Amino acid sequence: MRPRLVRAGLIGVALAFLALCLVMPLVAVFAEAFAKGFEVYWASISEPEARRALWLTAVVAGLSVPLNMTFGIAAAWAIARFRFPGRQLLVTLIDLPFAVSPVISGLIFVLLFGAQSALGPWLEAHDITIIFAIPGIMLATLFVTFPFVARELIPMMEEQGADAEEAAVALGASGVQLFWRVTLPQISWGLMHGVVLLTARAVGEFGAVSVVSGHIRGLTNTAPLHVEILYNEYQFAAAFAVASALSLFALLSLGLRRAVEWRMAQPR
Amino acid sequence: MSARTLPGFRPALSFTLLYLSFMVLIPLAGLFLKSAELTWAQYWHIVSGPRAVASYALTLGTSATAAGVTAVFGLLVAWVLVRYPFPGHRIVDAIVDLPLALPTAVAGIALTALYAGNGWLGAPLERAGFKVAFTPLGITVALIFIGLPFVVRTVQPVLQDLEPEVEEAAASLGATRAQTFWKVIFPAILPALVTGTTLAFARALGEYGSVVFISGNLPLKTEVTTLLIMTKLEQYDYRGATALATVMLGLSFVLLLAINMTQAWLRRRNGVEGA
Repeated sequence: MRPRLVRAGLIGVALAFLALCLVMPLVAVFAEAFAKGFEVYWASISEPEARRALWLTAVVAGLSVPLNMTFGIAAAWAIARFRFPGRQLLVTLIDLPFAVSPVISGLIFVLLFGAQSALGPWLEAHDITIIFAIPGIMLATLFVTFPFVARELIPMMEEQGADAEEAAVALGASGVQLFWRVTLPQISWGLMHGVVLLTARAVGEFGAVSVVSGHIRGLTNTAPLHVEILYNEYQFAAAFAVASALSLFALLSLGLRRAVEWRMAQPR
Repeated sequence: MSARTLPGFRPALSFTLLYLSFMVLIPLAGLFLKSAELTWAQYWHIVSGPRAVASYALTLGTSATAAGVTAVFGLLVAWVLVRYPFPGHRIVDAIVDLPLALPTAVAGIALTALYAGNGWLGAPLERAGFKVAFTPLGITVALIFIGLPFVVRTVQPVLQDLEPEVEEAAASLGATRAQTFWKVIFPAILPALVTGTTLAFARALGEYGSVVFISGNLPLKTEVTTLLIMTKLEQYDYRGATALATVMLGLSFVLLLAINMTQAWLRRRNGVEGA
């Protein structure tokens, strides 16, 4: 009798905490978004500035994925399949961006490419703007999403071992064949998992992008930055409308992540 | 490993090192070069100014409080998810990752709306005498939201791998349930709990998006260090921002080291236990 009570009590407290801490904020986003009715909602997410912000976010995330994915695969191949001095250090260095605050992740690119930097005058003379422009947003996003694919693939490939690949090489497979026919099929779900996490972070990044963007409306505003601008202008319904679009994407990424994890747990 | 026969080592490693250098190492090195432009006295003046020191105290205090709360509730949530498969526990399990998926700015405005004086939670709390939004309490609430998945996701797998035989043995030797928990289960999950809590703490120290809206940003009162860096940047005080950033980075690296050491400890202990 008593264990059952303890159990019910613990489940109750845990669920109440999660409802209060995680579910309520999510519900609040949608409630605030529709607070002024569906028409205001629709107008807020379909007006040109919001559309451009959502589009820029999609472009930045869309470009970050292939770049950091290529890096992740190359790093995992070198680290999980070969032994070389400094290998462990390399793993630690790849994880470094996760230990850096988003604000600092943006700051380092301002220091490198901003008008006051050593490169600044040269960039200006050649009409290249990186900071307060889209290339800066791109760099900051690449930095904060840097480790996702590599840290997913390295343990996965280490666990799988190199047997299949060594057999393929012994049978005369070329490097290209080896990658497309043996390695990629083996790591595809892990890769997918890393890409889902990477995309969610790229879409939602705020601090780093905020530092490098310069907040030029309709030009260098990503969706999270647009939310901030609207909120600071007291356009709460509009801010939450754009936030709700981002929240839907976050929920979608959570669902996708679960589906991929479920697939990864299935016996091959 | 006999992997010498596999192709592609040189191109893969070269690309990895090149991309890592250009994307991460050179930009981070730039930060330290920039701070080297300051003399020691100038540097010290910036990082020990009253506003900076107040921001460290606030950041450390709120982060530590939030980490403590997430440790307790994160352990509870992990326990319930692993031990009590109630209906719908899969959905609850998926929701735990929400703070990592939700853009921090969205979390920030949502929490502010909830806890503001006219919010669903803020209104009753204010009547009860607690002001949450625009106070250190609000910052702590945001950091609890952000930190929770780190604790749950670190403790959960360890709890899952615990062997029921050990608990059964303890029970058959006459241990009460509380004794079994504190003497058998808790020591086994403690390293994971410490690691998860440290991760949540480290994340909280650098957090910006979810905090900036709910904090109110009053200098000396509700201004965390990331916000102070941002303010300095907006005033084009790059040296000041850089000096504060090096303090934060130093702290992050110490924590990263602490996490790695805890994990090594965990591996050693599990190795001994498994033998």
